[in-house]
Amino acid sequence: MIDLKGYGPALLEGAVVTIELAFLSLTLAVILGLIGASAKLSKSRVAIGVATTYTTLIRGVPDLVMMLLFYYGGQVAVNNLSDYLYDAHGVDFFFQFDPFIAGVLTIGLIFGAYMAETFRGAFLAVESGQIEAARAYGFSRWRTFHRIIFPQMLRHALPGIGNNWQVLLKTTALVSIIGLTDMVRVAEEAAKAERMPFHFFIPVAFVYLSLTAGSELFIKWLTKRANVGVVQGT
Amino acid sequence: MPEFIAELLNRNDIFTASTIMEYWEGMVLTVQLVFLSLILGLVLAVPLAIMRTSKNPLINTPVWLYTYVFRGTPLLVQLYIIYYGLAQIEGIQQTFWWDIFREAFYPALLAFTLNTAAYTTEIIRGAIVATPSGEIEAAKAYGMSWALRMRRIIMPSAARRAVQAYSNEVIFMLHASAIASVVTLVDLTGAARNIYSRFYAPFEAFIFVALLYMALTFLLVFAFRKLENYLLRHQRPVTG
Repeated sequence: MIDLKGYGPALLEGAVVTIELAFLSLTLAVILGLIGASAKLSKSRVAIGVATTYTTLIRGVPDLVMMLLFYYGGQVAVNNLSDYLYDAHGVDFFFQFDPFIAGVLTIGLIFGAYMAETFRGAFLAVESGQIEAARAYGFSRWRTFHRIIFPQMLRHALPGIGNNWQVLLKTTALVSIIGLTDMVRVAEEAAKAERMPFHFFIPVAFVYLSLTAGSELFIKWLTKRANVGVVQGT
Repeated sequence: MPEFIAELLNRNDIFTASTIMEYWEGMVLTVQLVFLSLILGLVLAVPLAIMRTSKNPLINTPVWLYTYVFRGTPLLVQLYIIYYGLAQIEGIQQTFWWDIFREAFYPALLAFTLNTAAYTTEIIRGAIVATPSGEIEAAKAYGMSWALRMRRIIMPSAARRAVQAYSNEVIFMLHASAIASVVTLVDLTGAARNIYSRFYAPFEAFIFVALLYMALTFLLVFAFRKLENYLLRHQRPVTG
């Protein structure tokens, strides 16, 4: 076992932070992605416009810039809001905008845009006859969505979701820049203090590598399950 | 003129000539870093992709391992390993390499190059593998050697298939280059961070830089669309 100079527990806690951050961001991204995809496929011009602006803006800006904007800008916005509330209504309210929240919001928002594209394609891949049939059986809109469209679209969406998740997992490393003590941050501090960069960063790289490798296997298994009953052409 | 633009211009104590120059210098550095790492990465990726498609496990396994590791770990971790790690290599400070790697630019360039080369290798490999077998058979039937086949048949058609995915990689690299600012480089993001901390104006500093990145991104998207049109011109429908 390698000697982590007493940084072992901190690194482990950092890894937990990374994983929590990744899962929370993924949840937000999936929700935003479903909303975005529904908006893009809706007939409302406003909804299409808003969703298209959202996905285009996100794809044009680096994730780090977005994160810095949210983190530093979020605090200023919250401060302005609390000043306003105090002046106007005498409400004393303070909220510390922490890097974890900024991280989840930014990563969720960024990958929500990518998920929206994935889901849009997957929704379109569901045969319209299936939806018609469900409507003909008197299924409500929600029931059609959750019994007919969703299970079938998942099959088409899974490879895309898998890719997005792999990229998301690696993007979480950026939160160390805005001061969240994730794995990378702990390793950076330890490496500087002990002057042993390889010693601390290589284990961290290994954790990321095993997370991505593990996810790859899991996604493969999920895809196989989602494809049960589908005859694969060769 | 909309209210907010007028207000922004009136409060012009942030966007003065000197801060605009700072952004400009940052932009120059970002473009240099991204352009150089993409060129070097592409030069590395072509032979690596060919090696990756080799049937000999002694040739393809090391390349597979390289792409797997670089694609499976965050670029930030790779940058830290190279930036902090190079200085710790025993004796490097006595060699001429130290003159090169002492500046943050070269470790960052090395990290970006290795990272983009890994992704590009996999993109080109995918394109090579997708070559229709009939084309290769025909080339063999004409008596073309392996090298000639690679140069005349496989690579040109692989390039056409790869360009779409490669354009995504280029944009990814532009965005990923923002982390150069964490190793003391003043690229576009670095300039924005400096201006933010000088004026404590997060919205102005970061939204402006976001717009600059967006302009660069859409310029690249446009250029790649032109390139794709050119490369795929044989597939254009004939119109009378």
